[in-house]
Amino acid sequence: MEEIFPLVLSNVGFAPEGVALLENINLRIDRGERTVILGDNGAGKSLLMRLMHGMIQPTSGSIEWAGSRERPAAQSLVFQHPVMLRRSALANVAYGLALAGVPRSERMDRANAALSWVGLEHLAARPARMLSGGERQRVALARAWALEPRLLFLDEPTASLDPAATREVERIVSAIHKAGTSIVMNTHNLGQARRLAEEIIFLHRGRIAERTSADLFFRQPQSAAAESFLKGELP
Amino acid sequence: MMKHLRTALLASFSLILFGAAQAAESFITVASTTSTEQSGLFGYLLPAFEKQSGIAVRVVALGTGQALDVARRGDADVVFVHDPVAEQKFLDEGHGVERQEVMYNDFVLIGPLDDPAHVGGKDILLALRKIAADKAAFVSRGDRSGTHAAELRLWTVAGIDIERVKGSWYRDTGSGMGPALNTAAAMNAYLISDRGTWLNFKNRQNLGLLVAGDSQLFNQYGVMLVNPARHASVKREAGQKFIAWLVSRAGQNVIAEYKIGGEQLFFPNAKK
Amino acid sequence: MDTLSAALDLVASGDAKLVSIVLLSLTVSLSAVIVAALFALPLGALLAVGRFPGRSILTVIINGFMGLPAVVVGLMVYLLLSRAGPLGPFGLLFTPTAMVFAQAILVAPLLAALTRQTVDDAWREYQEQLASLGAGAAQATATLLWDTRFSLFTVLLAGFGRAIAEVGAVMIVGGNIDGVTRVMTTTIALETSKGDLPLALALGLILVTLVLSLNALAFATRAWAQRKFG
Repeated sequence: MEEIFPLVLSNVGFAPEGVALLENINLRIDRGERTVILGDNGAGKSLLMRLMHGMIQPTSGSIEWAGSRERPAAQSLVFQHPVMLRRSALANVAYGLALAGVPRSERMDRANAALSWVGLEHLAARPARMLSGGERQRVALARAWALEPRLLFLDEPTASLDPAATREVERIVSAIHKAGTSIVMNTHNLGQARRLAEEIIFLHRGRIAERTSADLFFRQPQSAAAESFLKGELP
Repeated sequence: MMKHLRTALLASFSLILFGAAQAAESFITVASTTSTEQSGLFGYLLPAFEKQSGIAVRVVALGTGQALDVARRGDADVVFVHDPVAEQKFLDEGHGVERQEVMYNDFVLIGPLDDPAHVGGKDILLALRKIAADKAAFVSRGDRSGTHAAELRLWTVAGIDIERVKGSWYRDTGSGMGPALNTAAAMNAYLISDRGTWLNFKNRQNLGLLVAGDSQLFNQYGVMLVNPARHASVKREAGQKFIAWLVSRAGQNVIAEYKIGGEQLFFPNAKK
Repeated sequence: MDTLSAALDLVASGDAKLVSIVLLSLTVSLSAVIVAALFALPLGALLAVGRFPGRSILTVIINGFMGLPAVVVGLMVYLLLSRAGPLGPFGLLFTPTAMVFAQAILVAPLLAALTRQTVDDAWREYQEQLASLGAGAAQATATLLWDTRFSLFTVLLAGFGRAIAEVGAVMIVGGNIDGVTRVMTTTIALETSKGDLPLALALGLILVTLVLSLNALAFATRAWAQRKFG
């Protein structure tokens, strides 16, 4: 399996048409991490995640995976609103595998295994778009998980889900981490950050205000911005 | 879904191939006039020839001017029209050969039954002069057809410079015989028609036949082979067979037999 | 009322000639839509997904060509297929094939423009997901076409409706030859010329009924797909 760690961002900035949305980002993600990115709306959380995922290119600085600028295959992203294709849940998972170049003969087995893993094998044949929000998110997790990522990005995966579905997604995320995959997740749900994070990255106005262990962050944030964020105060 | 698409694709391509294969079958294309088609003559005449010769005849019915243009491009094998002047020009240009006269009928003046310009009778030139003088509503084909050419010739013979005197009463419709008749029916206007189309025309409303039988209204139909030396695609043999049959005793008899409501529409006059 | 009963009588009589005219109309227009779709669907998708110079101009041109008059298309195809034209040697003028050509050209811009619109809407929704999964332009295009298949089916039917209802193009390139290239619309034009208005109107009613049924089918298909696939 290809080595992708560490993921290193050096002086990364993103300023389309001169407007700086992210500035001076220096960051290192290692194997086995479980990191949650927090920050106000508009702080640049989703943007940072898309840059790390390789969907968009920084306008300055560099992003390297194990010393290479090549975007690796063994990493995937689950969106807040994952797009379900107009086909069965199983076919949605198999679709990701097909794009990844997995031979036809293996796809169905791997897709079935991934669906079982998220507890949806009984819905495999159902049209994916007809599933509930929580079920769709689990199909998206299965689609990402089937690709055997070594790093999984999650962009507000439970923001549109009810508590039961949220618990289920969190359970799956924990299981994915236990299986050896690094997790980087955006959320604005502080309870969720407490439950899942080992480390917190706090973004403020396009910059990293601090990066602290979760314990410390919630007890004693190091930056004023994070402190007021935790207090729920308006700056 | 894909399977259906594939089947449909196959079907459409086979249609294209089938279309091309059809083109190789034994048939000729005849560029002719709306008057022969719309009078119903071809529907009566052609089956007799097809049965006897095994050659299918495909008629493209246009105005005489258009029919000659189609033939000029080599898109027909035979032309069967009714404008001797234009036909002669076509021969002189080298596009056509072997012209034969086939039959005649006559033009008629159609108009409102109450005849506001009082033109009814046997004198077409007098009638036209009255229409122009009264500025009575008149519909012209205006489409370079044989009938249009005949109408323009009649105005000239009547001593009227129609280009100069025409006004809003003179409606240049640029349409076939049938549409022109429909227009005249709607407007209660006068117009020149060939007798065949008039007899077969159903939407007459208040129109009636006002002037007929004047020798000026004579309408000669001629047939020509498109010059094979000029257009290599012309089916010379089949075309010649059709022309020969039209002027033969058998063909002439069939023409004479065609009647609508007991009235004979076309009078065979091929020179023996 | 007379016309309506005339139309019903016509249909009920199952007149062989009428049936063959209706069948030819269907075959020609269906073939035309399929031929046009082969080019127009990928082109429409490319205009939605692709980013290349001239894309906007091409989109404007195609949108503009949606309203192309049928007679103009007929004339172009006539000049192309005429013996004196570049494709003259194939001898296709005044054949159903020529009519398929003309109608395909007529509906292709409509199909491409509507496909572009449909795929563009889907692309906005799918873009990030497909990029994240690593889909290339070709794979994304194929996925979008397949995922919008029910909408595209409606698009195809719209094209079919335009094709089967037009008269200008098929009249010129087909020649309205009895038993060979005579379709519903040219028959209607001919019967109108003869002043047989009831018969013309009866044929028109059959045509309208046909087009309405197809649209009902399209509507039902979409509703069914919406229920089944979301």
